[in-house]
Amino acid sequence: MATPAAVPHTPAVGHSASPSGLWSWLTTVDHKRIGILYGLSALAFFVLGGVEGLILRSQLAVPNNDLVSAPLYNALFTMHGTTMIFLGVMPFSAAFFNYMLPLQIGARDVVFPRLNAFSYWLFLFGALVLNVPFLIQPFTHGIDPSSALAPLTRVIPDGGWFGYAPLTTKEFSPYLSIDFWIAGLQILGIASMAAGFNFIVTILNMRAPGMTFLRMPVFTWMTLVVQFLVVLSFPCITVALILLLMDRLFGTHFYIPSAGGDPLLWQHLFWLFGHPEVYILILPAMGIVSEVLPTFSRKPLFGAPFVIFSGITIGLLGFGVWAHHMFTTGLGAAADAAFSVTTMLIAIPTGVKIFNWIFTVWGGQIRLTTAMLFSLGFVGMFTMGGLSGIMHSSPPVDLQQQDSYFVVAHFHYVLFGGAIFGLFSGIYYWFPKMSGRFLDEGMGKIVFGTVLLGFNLTFFPMHFVGAWGMPRRIYTYDEGMGWEQINLLETIGAFILAFGVLLFIISFFRSMKNGLPAGDNPWDASSLEWITTSPPAVHNFDKTPTVYSDRPVWEKNHGPGPGYSLPEGDEHIHLPPPSIKPLIGAVGVGLFLTSFVMLNLTNLALAVTALGLALIFYSFYTWFLEPGH
Amino acid sequence: MGVDNYKLAMWTFLGSECFFFGSLIGTYMSYRGKSLTGPYPLDVFDPAVTSISTFDLLASSLFMVLAVHYAKMGDINKMLAWIGATMVGGLIFLGFQYYEFSHFVHEGLTLKSNLFGATFYVLTGFHGTHVAVGVLLLGSLGWAAKRGHLANVGETTEVIGLYWHFVDVVWIAIFTLVYLLEYT
Repeated sequence: MATPAAVPHTPAVGHSASPSGLWSWLTTVDHKRIGILYGLSALAFFVLGGVEGLILRSQLAVPNNDLVSAPLYNALFTMHGTTMIFLGVMPFSAAFFNYMLPLQIGARDVVFPRLNAFSYWLFLFGALVLNVPFLIQPFTHGIDPSSALAPLTRVIPDGGWFGYAPLTTKEFSPYLSIDFWIAGLQILGIASMAAGFNFIVTILNMRAPGMTFLRMPVFTWMTLVVQFLVVLSFPCITVALILLLMDRLFGTHFYIPSAGGDPLLWQHLFWLFGHPEVYILILPAMGIVSEVLPTFSRKPLFGAPFVIFSGITIGLLGFGVWAHHMFTTGLGAAADAAFSVTTMLIAIPTGVKIFNWIFTVWGGQIRLTTAMLFSLGFVGMFTMGGLSGIMHSSPPVDLQQQDSYFVVAHFHYVLFGGAIFGLFSGIYYWFPKMSGRFLDEGMGKIVFGTVLLGFNLTFFPMHFVGAWGMPRRIYTYDEGMGWEQINLLETIGAFILAFGVLLFIISFFRSMKNGLPAGDNPWDASSLEWITTSPPAVHNFDKTPTVYSDRPVWEKNHGPGPGYSLPEGDEHIHLPPPSIKPLIGAVGVGLFLTSFVMLNLTNLALAVTALGLALIFYSFYTWFLEPGH
Repeated sequence: MGVDNYKLAMWTFLGSECFFFGSLIGTYMSYRGKSLTGPYPLDVFDPAVTSISTFDLLASSLFMVLAVHYAKMGDINKMLAWIGATMVGGLIFLGFQYYEFSHFVHEGLTLKSNLFGATFYVLTGFHGTHVAVGVLLLGSLGWAAKRGHLANVGETTEVIGLYWHFVDVVWIAIFTLVYLLEYT
């Protein structure tokens, strides 16, 4: 919490070379390195989730296909959703929060650097808990179903990313698959919430002098809104999962109708988290787009305060719309009407943002860089996803579309066409800052074209086949339903999309080595991260800037105001020393939760929970006493 | 913002905790009266006993205020004394909870008996866990303050005090909604 008087100050290591080697990465508390770790992990899991998606599409390419079995198909769509949401989009956003946010507000690091490292390691542990079952199941699926180890026969999570009870209760899913899913999600939840507290305090307390709220970059603003959504919505799914675990481990009846339990309780708690989660996924992308469009139009963001307040409004309204996921459960006319209205209301701030982005580009000196193309793609694709979303806000329409491919089309337009296009834009935009090199622009345009084509070929036809009645989550379908051609087309689209992503990955790693060198501010952008070197020194800024404008770097270069100023003389630079405690603490929390869900299986689990607790205590107490922080 | 970093972090954490306990209390309330079999709340509750433990927990909040006051004054000995009193208050509360739980189990109310048992034990169990964590935090605080590990004893004590008061406030909600509501 605080440190004794005698603190060994680390010298300003930024002036020398950064430490290297595996140990330096395991013990790093530098927000930039943690950002890189988040980014590379997210990329790996994004590819994994993509491969799962390709297998799903391959299975559905032709009718009555038997590429994968029905249980495996269940596991694959569960893990595709869970992976893309929690291990793809969220950590990709977290990579930019970590790397860019302290730079954008003129800070040396986040406020609690070790907590930041703890969040990352815990995220990685949770991601492994969800995915290691893929390696276990091939060895355990043949276990005798009558033996005590029978729950091990299915370990890959297979209850859907939404985990609806009572399907996930012991009676219908007696396997460890659901328990691993519970453990993984709880771990990821703690990681996200810890990061949330960290970023909220960082943004509120660590801004450079002169950076008032309305001078904060829009990406920083959207990050702030997202972190509030994280810390307020994740507790709801934490409770939902705790109750599910109680049902599975200790014989309670929270979700068991025969004992008076109500399955709708799960849906309420889950979507009370699940809908804000949608905005947790999309708002960072909106923040990125709000940085990219003005930069490459050489204009300020049109009505920036409106974009900011719309983001806040979306965040607030996001807590009042969860039951639109439950129209088909028969909540009654009053509830349906209320949630229908709040859902339609969200279209207003969202529409405000879309028009602001269009007016930002309007009349600008447009440079069609890859980042710009992806941002423009975001505006188009996200609008389409938004429009089908407004259709769902009407209960009678939703009753027709629920659980059909129309819904699949809708949320891929907002989550891929929206969130992932935005994140791609961010990668092309900030890659020069992070690496000192440009990400291949020529190849970038090919990537954009391929991804745009493949994406639309995959997901646009789903609107039709969904409206024609093809349900979600079916592992195959009969001939003669009229779905064959469209499904084949979607599968071809998916492979084109995957090819585009493959091109991106190749050019990403090639550009890291051989990309054209970029200067400190290659795009002539406006926010503070562009006054650091590319890549930034360990301590970010030699001197803390004082900010006079919401576009400090642009105004410094182009007027009319001074933009920002740097103080005279040398500044004392204090950087926290590296620490292994966050990693140990994360392993402790991870071990505790993972073994806890297996308490009924073996006594060994009890020993591991004790070990986990011991590691938690050891890490936190030594953490507290560690000098230099 | 002009607010200490740790204090601001604690406030955001407590905001998060509001949703955590809000979900648990919401679950309790939505299952209230829905149990298919007994024991029902009025079969097991003893309002006199729970009132005493409630009073004890509220008193501990007063001790916490005094500890913060002396920590800010720089009077470490008095601060430690009141921290100790707060911890004793918390431990007495936990003792009451242990007594209550074992009494209820003796009356036949377990996690498995009905929805009342499940919702009651999970909600009050998590509250009790929070009290226990609070006692641990207070103990660590006292130890660190005595050993001179804290740069700003007053501020740190206040931050942990916020947590302690929050846990008390949650109990007031639980006492009202879970216990008192049965007698209206």
